[in-house]
Amino acid sequence: MFFKDIPIRRKLMRGIVLICGMVLLVTCISFFGYELYVFRKSTKEKLSTIGKIIAANSTAALAFDSHEDAKEILAALRTEPNIVSAALYDQNGKLFSWYPANRDIREFPEKPGTMQFRLSHNFLEGFQPVAQDKKQLGYLYLKSDLGGMYERFRVFGVVAAFVIILSFLLAWLLSKLLQKSISNPILALAETAKMISEQQDYSVRAVKLGQDELGSLTDAFNNMLTQIEQQNLKLHEFNQNLEMKVKERTIQLESVNKELEAFSYSISHDLRAPLRGIIGFTTILEEDYSSKLDDEARRITAVIRNNTLKMGHLIDDLLTFSRMGRQDIIKTIVHTDQMIEEIIREVVPENRMGKISWVLHPVPDVQGDINALRQVWINLISNAVKYSGNREQPKIEIGSVRERGQTVFFVKDNGVGFDEKYKDKLFRVFQRLHSADEFEGTGVGLAIVEKITSKHGGRVWAEGTLNKGAAFYFTLPDF
Amino acid sequence: MNPNSVEVLLVEDNINDAELTIRELRKHHMANNLFHVKDGEEALDFIFGTGKFADSRDLLCKPKVVLLDIQMPKVNGIEVLQKVKSDARTRATPVVILTSSKEDPDIQKCYDLGANSYIVKPVNFESFAEAIKNLGFYWLLLNQQPT
Repeated sequence: MFFKDIPIRRKLMRGIVLICGMVLLVTCISFFGYELYVFRKSTKEKLSTIGKIIAANSTAALAFDSHEDAKEILAALRTEPNIVSAALYDQNGKLFSWYPANRDIREFPEKPGTMQFRLSHNFLEGFQPVAQDKKQLGYLYLKSDLGGMYERFRVFGVVAAFVIILSFLLAWLLSKLLQKSISNPILALAETAKMISEQQDYSVRAVKLGQDELGSLTDAFNNMLTQIEQQNLKLHEFNQNLEMKVKERTIQLESVNKELEAFSYSISHDLRAPLRGIIGFTTILEEDYSSKLDDEARRITAVIRNNTLKMGHLIDDLLTFSRMGRQDIIKTIVHTDQMIEEIIREVVPENRMGKISWVLHPVPDVQGDINALRQVWINLISNAVKYSGNREQPKIEIGSVRERGQTVFFVKDNGVGFDEKYKDKLFRVFQRLHSADEFEGTGVGLAIVEKITSKHGGRVWAEGTLNKGAAFYFTLPDF
Repeated sequence: MNPNSVEVLLVEDNINDAELTIRELRKHHMANNLFHVKDGEEALDFIFGTGKFADSRDLLCKPKVVLLDIQMPKVNGIEVLQKVKSDARTRATPVVILTSSKEDPDIQKCYDLGANSYIVKPVNFESFAEAIKNLGFYWLLLNQQPT
């Protein structure tokens, strides 16, 4: 686990203990260094002082070449237990006398060396001149061990270790108390935040545990909660208003829709009944009074019947158009290939079927309202059949092209086509580019196609050349 | 006509539609025992032997088919259908709904109430004549009723 991942509580404790340890360590090392320096210096000075005293006392022994006196003077060093050995050399550098007297002379330096004291290994040793009235009489050698120093350091180390352990313990205890005052408010804050996000209850507030920065943080947190709560309240109110409005509008829409339905019902019912009467009685006239009608009269009755029939189709188409606009789209999988085959069998008159050469490419299944899409295909296919009717060799091609996110379906014929400049009018209700004498029709079929495709999230367009043919395209988005 | 020998009861308020229907049935000799009533109230009186038919109707003698228009003054076709189909004495009588419109919002309701057929009268006379002829043949000659 990385340091950044451990809990704040432990981070704080570790930090405090670490800092405490570092401070103690640096302090101890400094003291130790100072102690070492001071001890060495004082030991050197002490040795030098002893050396000077011994040297002063030894002048007579050296001057009179008295080995006995010299031995006695050196023997006085017994009172200094740290001085392990000493020796006197005459002015020619020859060993004159030594201490302790029973030691092998080979353990002493053969000749006097540099006139100063030096630390070597565990000893401090060196030479000092013995002189009287500026006359060089000989040399003094002194060697002191540093046992005292090491003893002192051992005690120092033990004390230091004891102090360090004690301090660590105190630091740990203090940090444990201290971290609580920092980590507790943070943990409490985190706990509150967690509770709020789990229960979605924005009325909960974090408890403030002090006036420090964490206290300010808690205040800021609580202020934020108050704001969220207020905004929630506002949103809730707004939603409720919106819902009420939607309900109102829905009721209004529903009533309008009902009115429309009743209206189209009565149109289809009440307009069709008289038409049936007109056709019916015209037919009776033709059948029952045929002997009394001449050719002109029969032509006129035929005109009456045709016009009435046309009116009937118009009403039916208009009703389909209005129904398509009102009805909801119920999406299911539509097997387009199968649907197209069925429609061709249904809408193409038998006597025309053999004349038309069909080019049917495989087309994909789609998701859409089966009845509505059937209406689209019926209108497009019957249009293609109708407008290629006067061709020697009518040809109708049906297929599709995959595009990103949608499929483009097309129905192409080599019929009379249309002038491109009128192509925007094609899909408007009652807009026709051909007279009723040339081609029958109400001018609603393509408007129905446009309405259905747009309700499916697609669009429709046409390309055409006069007397060459027309192509109608519509898109359906992928499901 | 003796109301007990009626085979076809035509309930139709539009006299022109009624005339065309009767003419077509007569053409095929199926209108001999046809009785025409002009609204739902009269139809119910006839079917249940009430009102002006109180003395003359024997409920055991049922028409072979009732041709029923929906849109009618006073009592409409739906109500007639409901009463006929919810009464054990008349439930078995076939009722064919004849209406002008396929937009009719009541088409489902009619089937739910037990209508035996639902026919949209075509505007085109030839189709209309064909429909009435088939209807007559089916219900008067083909269809077997409980005896």
